[in-house]
Amino acid sequence: MSLLEFARGPAFQASVLILIAGVTWRLAAIVLLRSRPQFAAPRHGLPARIGGGSATILTRFVPRRAFWPRIAASVVLSAVFHLGLAIIIFGGAPHILLIHQFTGLSWPSLPKGVIVLVSGVTLASMIALLLRRIAHPVLRLLSTADDYLSWLVVFLPVLTGILLSGETVARYETLLALHILSAELMIVWLPFGKLMHAGLVFAGRGLMGMNFSRKGAAT
Amino acid sequence: MQNADNDGAETLGATLAGRGVGRRGLLKFAIAMASSLALPPGVAPLMAANLAKARRRSVIWLSFQECTGCVETLLRSSSPTIDQLIFDFISLDYQEALMAAAGSAAEKTLRDAIAANKGEYLLAIDGSIPTKDSGVYSLTGGRSNLAMLKEIAADAKAILAIGTCAAFGGIPKAFPNPTGAVGVEDLVVDKPIVNIPGCPPVPEVLSGVLAYFVSFGKLPELDGRKRPLAYFGATIHDQCYRRAFYDQGKFAHSFDDDGARQGWCLFELGCKGPTTHNACASVKWNNGTSFPIQSGHGCIGCSEPDFWDAGSFYTSLAGVGSTGWRNAGIAAAIGAAGGAAAALAARLHARPDPEDKT
Repeated sequence: MSLLEFARGPAFQASVLILIAGVTWRLAAIVLLRSRPQFAAPRHGLPARIGGGSATILTRFVPRRAFWPRIAASVVLSAVFHLGLAIIIFGGAPHILLIHQFTGLSWPSLPKGVIVLVSGVTLASMIALLLRRIAHPVLRLLSTADDYLSWLVVFLPVLTGILLSGETVARYETLLALHILSAELMIVWLPFGKLMHAGLVFAGRGLMGMNFSRKGAAT
Repeated sequence: MQNADNDGAETLGATLAGRGVGRRGLLKFAIAMASSLALPPGVAPLMAANLAKARRRSVIWLSFQECTGCVETLLRSSSPTIDQLIFDFISLDYQEALMAAAGSAAEKTLRDAIAANKGEYLLAIDGSIPTKDSGVYSLTGGRSNLAMLKEIAADAKAILAIGTCAAFGGIPKAFPNPTGAVGVEDLVVDKPIVNIPGCPPVPEVLSGVLAYFVSFGKLPELDGRKRPLAYFGATIHDQCYRRAFYDQGKFAHSFDDDGARQGWCLFELGCKGPTTHNACASVKWNNGTSFPIQSGHGCIGCSEPDFWDAGSFYTSLAGVGSTGWRNAGIAAAIGAAGGAAAALAARLHARPDPEDKT
């Protein structure tokens, strides 16, 4: 079995199963946690609370003006990184093919040159974010191994994707195998670290917004 | 042109002159071969001179567990050109599908050729070698391919493994491989081996390797899989005329859609060009007429090891194996149970909430 066959076969299947088990584990643990009882009468009904939760999901994308000077760099870099990652995942032809294989959904892909360019910008923004994390005294103090590991497992697929598009440092199948394996490493780690925010960030914001709305607080 | 070498054997120059091919024709052939082998232009005159002086080299061709497709395609390389004459230049002393002799006469021919050219003959193999049950699944004259290979390879100067079966085991080796089929390099480790894979292989690759070997007395530079680097150094994808469409993100989504009619990239339809090393896209087939991708079908990767077991020909390289709903369900159940256990443990070990009056 070649490295590519391993990456596309057993490694992929194992990583997807770990992802499924990990995500259900996280969700079950969260759902079954004991919630604090609410003694006060709700200020708003359920429709308003749902509206408040939905609004919070969106409003939290925009930072408070008062904080802007201090967090502008990280907000912009993070936005570039997240948008870049979305463009790569949902615009790259091979990625669309993979999604199509599992969902049947398909859409036109972006030219390879655009994906490579976006990948380069994404990579640069990730490096800048890492340097900021290391250089900023408070951020460094708050950072744990999870932060660095999560950064690494996202960085590697982007890096190997760029190398794959160039097809210069190694054979195509080797680079493709490394790219797939690095992506598998990412999805294996996803449920167990901070990468889980990819799904929980919306649920968390929504629930918090609903809770605020229930109490009549601004969302 | 020299007519004979020091041993008195007729040279290629003399042979070709007798067929009306002069020095200019030989030089043109040498230029073409040097070009296809990616040799510097200055090498061609030297190659032509060496070819003119060279004597016929004995080639013993053994067909093992195969379909004869390799022999068929090589016979149809390009006719009648100097490519075929180079086959006249080699002395094909034993080839079961082509030789007139049969039975004991053929066996005698084989023994005589081995004895007369001990240590000097080229051994060409097409077909894989069954190893299970002492190789009983493929016999020639009552002898197993396995025994024949070990005996005849011992006195060969070099071995050419022609076709994917001989090179890597090919289709006979595909799952479940009932005969325990393997390629030549799995059994012979002490002889120079050149793999010329393909199902079938590109005939010009064989003539190029032969021309190089005859001209320079050594084998051409090989890649990590013992394939001639000049022909297998690049992928089909890299040499493909549809490559520009891949880079532009223009793909045929089915074999009869507008993209297919416009000649766009066949990656989505399962083309294995990006992972396949061969000369199809540059040398092409049928006198340079076309190759599979040019005919509208993706490359199936037939010159790579285990290509038959590498998934569907029509699944794109971006595709991966499915985990199956059952396995996914089991994983989800394990995850849910683990999560529930974790939540229960958290509840049991939680400190009492002072606000909790329930």
